[in-house]
Amino acid sequence: MEDIILKVEQLQTDFQKDNQRIRILNGVSFHISKGEILGLVGESGCGKSLTSLSIMRLFKGTSGEISGGNIFFRDEDITKVTENQMRKIRGKQIAMIFQEPMTSLNPVMKIGEQLMEPIRIHLGYNNKRAKQHAVQMLTKVGIPRSNEIMNEFPHQLSGGMRQRVMIAIAMSCNPDVLIADEPTTALDVTIQAQILDLMRKLQKEENMSMLLITHDLGVVAEMCDRVVVMYAGRVVEEASVHDLFQSPLHPYTRGLIGSVPKIGQKKDRLESIAGRVPDPSNMPKGCKFAPRCSDATAECHEKEPSMLEVEKNRYCSCWLYDKGRSLISG
Amino acid sequence: MHPKILILKGVAFVLRYIFKRVLEMIPTLLIVSIIIFYFIHLIPGDPVRLVVGPDATSEEVSMIREEMGLNDPIFIQYMSYMQGILQGDLGKSLKTGLPVMEMFENRFKNSIYLTLFSIIWAFIIGIIIGTFSAVFKNKLPDNIGMLTAVSGISVPGFWLGLILIQFFSVQLGWLPTGGADSWKHFILPSIALGAGIMAMIARFTRSSLLETLGSDFIRTARAKGLREMIVIPKHALRNSMVSVVTITGLQFGFLLGGSVVVETVFSFPGMGRLLIDSIAFRDYPVIQALLLLFSIQFIVVNLIVDILYSFLNPKIRTISS
Repeated sequence: MEDIILKVEQLQTDFQKDNQRIRILNGVSFHISKGEILGLVGESGCGKSLTSLSIMRLFKGTSGEISGGNIFFRDEDITKVTENQMRKIRGKQIAMIFQEPMTSLNPVMKIGEQLMEPIRIHLGYNNKRAKQHAVQMLTKVGIPRSNEIMNEFPHQLSGGMRQRVMIAIAMSCNPDVLIADEPTTALDVTIQAQILDLMRKLQKEENMSMLLITHDLGVVAEMCDRVVVMYAGRVVEEASVHDLFQSPLHPYTRGLIGSVPKIGQKKDRLESIAGRVPDPSNMPKGCKFAPRCSDATAECHEKEPSMLEVEKNRYCSCWLYDKGRSLISG
Repeated sequence: MHPKILILKGVAFVLRYIFKRVLEMIPTLLIVSIIIFYFIHLIPGDPVRLVVGPDATSEEVSMIREEMGLNDPIFIQYMSYMQGILQGDLGKSLKTGLPVMEMFENRFKNSIYLTLFSIIWAFIIGIIIGTFSAVFKNKLPDNIGMLTAVSGISVPGFWLGLILIQFFSVQLGWLPTGGADSWKHFILPSIALGAGIMAMIARFTRSSLLETLGSDFIRTARAKGLREMIVIPKHALRNSMVSVVTITGLQFGFLLGGSVVVETVFSFPGMGRLLIDSIAFRDYPVIQALLLLFSIQFIVVNLIVDILYSFLNPKIRTISS
């Protein structure tokens, strides 16, 4: 595809638990083009956040480790670069916003200092210029009295304001890719809408690429160009937003979209997907979704399906769409 | 608001706070003084006998007893004692006959220096060891650091003191065995006195830092592309300092009294040894004055810790204002 900026290929990430290596991500692949917003959806524990941490290689203090696959940023495989080089990418070329604005800022450091840090390091500005730039950034993310806020501490700001500060920090060095890990989950609904508007506006202005991680399909529909659906550490479906909501292919995606309540629909109970997410240390054989899938056949429990291009630019890993198999069984 | 006005407001606030706290000290000290006064009089033994010696006649004894006011009801004795204190008179030593104030002068200075030296090295080394242990958790530096800490806590100060004297003074002859005449005299006692606190600070720093290193804002700092050399001291350590400063403050209070044993081992002319000597002699006025002084020190240290808190944690600052 044209102008791919970030490409994740067969990414595997392991964690250590009780002296045992457990593979949490197993063959995650997707790409983001310039100026595109890619949604990464899935339920809790499917490896969305871990995918973002793997891209940033933020494993310090955990047992996490990339054990296979590649992550290409432009043309460079950033799973191979040194920690020193990686630090120059973090915050400068790939920046990140986290879920919890309440705890993501250092409570004992003034907002200004926290904002000026990446500016000084990555842009090499002196204090005076960094300060000007920081105030500009705060104004840009819609913070009133930005000059005063520079001297305030995080606890003096509301959750929405703090998330704006986080966005200002992430955007301060004009990154090529912004990873937003559930940026609005912890905020209340009206603030959510404001933050999403702000992010979209900034993304358009800078023609920046964005990886938006969320479990909220409403946010996906509103923000994203393309969507990657993850389940149990794997990508199960990839499609444009329009196609995905119009005609979801994978039974899991169908379940996800079916579970969203619709206006005008009269129903006592919402649709749900039966069963639970499998335990990473005790994965089922075959398709990981098979135990919860109403369309599962004997083969689904035996062999894991691979990613297929079902239609143009629509990918799905499910035996239902494997023509080879349908020929045999039909 | 203009930053200068903010700073002025801040200073005014801190001063008002200190003033309030000093006022609050008064009732505490009053109660402490009553308890001390009463309990000292429960100590068995007759101070008059100690003053006049074993050969004095019982007439002489009763005369001196009357003279010292020891026949008055204890309440009257307390009142006259407090009257003296308010006029800056802590009484006269029964043993030497010198005013207690005069006896304190040099010893107080010596003891304060000793405690300060101990706490300063213990704080610095403790934080360094604790930080290395946390950063290299479960690796060699951590094991060495925590072994040092456990030894520091387990080894009693007087024993460490004796070992230090044996090694550095007797065998190597580098440092004096006792006294307080030059800075050299302070080295060994402050090592003996500070070892336990150093160990405690190291352990607190380690656990507190480990907790901080797991927090979201540390991940943010790393995601900004900061190097560990900045993340650890600037972002993590400062957040961990609140609990470390608390226990350091508490320990400092104990040190002021706890130096008794170490001062005795090093025949150090300080308040601790004076206390031991005075108790042996039932020197009521000196004991009372010393205990009162220790209480004041404890309260003042607590006040300093509370003020330090607000510098370390901006949240406390704004809540209280």
